[in-house]
Amino acid sequence: MYLVQFLILSSVLFCIGVYGVLARRNAVLVLMSIELILNAVNINLIAFGAFNGAAIPAEVFALFIIAVAAAEVGVGLALVLTIYRNSKNIDLHQVDLLKG
Amino acid sequence: MSTTYLATEASNLAVEASGFFLENVWIIPAIMAASFVVILGFGKRMPRGGSEVGIAAVAVCFVLALLTAGQWIGQVNEAAACTPETCDYIVDEHHDAEADADEHHDAEADADEHHDAEADADEHHDAEADADEHHDEEGAFQVDTGVGSSDGESASALTAFTEAEEGSTAAAAKAVVSERTWWSNGGINFTVGTMVDGLTVTLLVVVTLVSLLVHIYSTDYVAGDRRFTHYFGFLSLFTAAMLFFVTSANVLQMIVGWELVGVCSFALIGHWWEEQPNSDAALKAFLTNRVGDIGLLIGMIVLFFASDEKWGIIEINAGAIEGTTSHTLLLIASLCLLAAVMSKSGQFFLHTWLPDAMAGPTPVSALIHAATMVVAGVYLIARLYGVFFHGLSIGGSSINALAVIGAVTTLVGASLAFVQDDIKKVLAYSTISQLGYMTLALGVGAWTAAVFHLTTHALFKACLFLGAGSVSHAVHSFDMKKDMGGMRKFMPTTYKTFLIGSIALAGLPPLAGFWSKDEILAGTGGWGFFEGESHANGAYTIMLVMGMITAAMTAAYMTRVMYLTFFGEFRGGHHDDAHHGDPHESGPRILWPLRILAGLAVVAGLMNLPKGFLGLPSGWTLRFEHYVEPLAATGYFPKISHADPSWSLAIFSTLVVASAVGVAYYYYFVRVNAQSPSATELVNGPTERSRLLKAGHTMLKNRYYLDHIYDGGEPVGAAGANAMGTIFGAAAGLTLGFSLDNGLNQPFWPSVMWGVILGLTIFTIVTAALRTGMGIASVVKQPMANAANWVHENVIDAAVDEVGKNSVKTADALYKYIDQGVIDGSVNAAGRGSQGAGGELRRWSTGKVQQYATVMFAGATLLAGLLIIVI
Repeated sequence: MYLVQFLILSSVLFCIGVYGVLARRNAVLVLMSIELILNAVNINLIAFGAFNGAAIPAEVFALFIIAVAAAEVGVGLALVLTIYRNSKNIDLHQVDLLKG
Repeated sequence: MSTTYLATEASNLAVEASGFFLENVWIIPAIMAASFVVILGFGKRMPRGGSEVGIAAVAVCFVLALLTAGQWIGQVNEAAACTPETCDYIVDEHHDAEADADEHHDAEADADEHHDAEADADEHHDAEADADEHHDEEGAFQVDTGVGSSDGESASALTAFTEAEEGSTAAAAKAVVSERTWWSNGGINFTVGTMVDGLTVTLLVVVTLVSLLVHIYSTDYVAGDRRFTHYFGFLSLFTAAMLFFVTSANVLQMIVGWELVGVCSFALIGHWWEEQPNSDAALKAFLTNRVGDIGLLIGMIVLFFASDEKWGIIEINAGAIEGTTSHTLLLIASLCLLAAVMSKSGQFFLHTWLPDAMAGPTPVSALIHAATMVVAGVYLIARLYGVFFHGLSIGGSSINALAVIGAVTTLVGASLAFVQDDIKKVLAYSTISQLGYMTLALGVGAWTAAVFHLTTHALFKACLFLGAGSVSHAVHSFDMKKDMGGMRKFMPTTYKTFLIGSIALAGLPPLAGFWSKDEILAGTGGWGFFEGESHANGAYTIMLVMGMITAAMTAAYMTRVMYLTFFGEFRGGHHDDAHHGDPHESGPRILWPLRILAGLAVVAGLMNLPKGFLGLPSGWTLRFEHYVEPLAATGYFPKISHADPSWSLAIFSTLVVASAVGVAYYYYFVRVNAQSPSATELVNGPTERSRLLKAGHTMLKNRYYLDHIYDGGEPVGAAGANAMGTIFGAAAGLTLGFSLDNGLNQPFWPSVMWGVILGLTIFTIVTAALRTGMGIASVVKQPMANAANWVHENVIDAAVDEVGKNSVKTADALYKYIDQGVIDGSVNAAGRGSQGAGGELRRWSTGKVQQYATVMFAGATLLAGLLIIVI
């Protein structure tokens, strides 16, 4: 087992997540892609923690991120729901109220 | 603040509060100044036009002045009771230990104990002790009070012991000085503060008393005047200025008070300025005073540097008395100050403004030109007496500038009073003459006599002026010959009070004027005809003779005034206005001040009965001298000796006065009245029969041609011109010659030479001015005016113009390049920049979340790349 294997996995996950965030129009899928990014980070953290023997267990950070991600998804889905109620639509290209 | 007397036992430490009023005398002028502000601000809206404020303020001040005087008397009594037996040693905590050790002759043991107690205090106060300048250098045991709190205030009521006159040890009450630092510059402390001693409280009481009576009188006299409120405002300001002047602790404050008094005088003389003569008179008074003020400024500056950069009255006097101040500088300073006194106190030859100043309302004449303002000059000499006494070498000589000026002034004033038809002008010249008496007394060293005469004169002259005002209030004129006569039938009370004032002025016993005038005559020390009579400070025989002649003339002209005003037949009533033909007695607000002043004129002389008079105990005689005159032990007053009272002199002067009254009585009451009850002069009188008398009369009518000499006028014939030239030349020459000889101890013959040179110069100038009819002023004035005009147009105006033009140009350039170019430009550029940037950035704001995310990731990637490269 090498560290690089975990890093490759996490970077693949990260890239998929970034792609999903930038390319998908569906807001729910964008949220899911964000989850992928976060989990890529989690893997990174735990891998580094396991291989380098950090003073504080890396799992703490991972658990912390998972908790925050859960909250983030809760808020995000609530937003999506509200957007849907207003415009019957969750296509992010149609939601451009901030256009200058 | 407390006066601390340490008694014989060290444990027995008596602490006595020193006078509140003595230390806080500033309240008195402050009240009057506040009254001025209130009257000017709100007077017009008050039911009595502000007069009630003025009267209330001056009444409060009068009470405060009396309380101050009471505390001062207490202070003197306390000092007098404090003999070496009762409290032989009083600590001055500013004194050095060595000085103390030298100074006590007895009670050594006590002294040691005190030193221990004192040592602490000394350490604390060392810095202040250095600054404290009025500790006595010479007084044998020195003494004091606590030093001020650390805020820089220091008040001292010092008591000094000395081996005083007559061998006995007496204590002297020192002046109470309360000072605060105003500002410091170059190591010199400029202070403001008050100094209270006997002279100050005398003036405080006199000024507030006369001012109070004048205020009350004025409410009737100027009732209905169009500037009623303004009038009372300036009465308040005048009183405030005079009180400020007399309470000054240093000469700077004196200058301020002096000028303020002058300004108020200007405003009040010109009260009815709509008429040209009145505003001319006000200007004349002001400008004549400016001439003297130059002398005042120069004199004060010379004094400042001569006395080692001190402004304090006490320090300056002390320096002069101890001889640390250069004698030459003292002489120069006192001559310069004398010029100021000549203008302010109406001394020959700058007195010409005073008669003209009668243009003001009569109560003002009483207040300013009899009782208070014109005595400012006399007060100045009395206050800085150490300077004058030593500068002019008054002690032990027989002539000096001060005495000459005073003596000439008494004669000039008295002689001019003879030929006036205007009752107020008689009194004005009489005032000049009496001020001359005071100056004369100061010039011969009779300090107390001068101040005493100042006080009594203030009372009876105010009475006379107010009486004249009462008469004129009835007949609406001041002309005795045209509009008066027989007034005693119409105005009995005015008549009685005026008679009392006249007798007091003439100097018949036992009224006030007699005592003070006689003290002056005795003080000349010229009455040495009998064995064993002392020359007080010198043998001023000429001054005695001139004073005696003046006494006779005073009695005669007052008799003339009495006849022309109150006797004979009423000559008025020839005006169309029926009101004038019906003279009536004045109201109570006019009569009560007259009654009070007349009453005081009767009894004021008792304040200073001669020593041993009628075998009275010493507690009854010389009270004024006891309480007012500072003892030499105080360190700021020269050691002067007092003339012995002389029965022979008193009887002789009374006979002179009585015979003068008799002659005038015979002339007017008998001869003139016999000719016709309404006549004013004999038809074929002495001035018409004798050429000499006629010439004299013409000269007097022309007021010694003084106005001719100053301003020009009709050319005067050779005889008159020569006579006047001789008088002026002789006076100037004598003064300079004797000043050099006595004052500066120059050799005799050179002094004579310089005197002759100055005398001849003055003779030439005066004679030329009179013969050509071109006055000094017009000769000097025209070229000076032209030169001043040239300077004005070509230098000052041109400079102002140039500055103005350049300012416009600079402002133009500023507008064009700086304001429009730089400032406006930068503001515009900022606006345009923001607009452009906004337009550019707007396009980035698409509202598309994923675009933002792309940018964010791109940025993060860039930063990450940068991080890798950099690290």
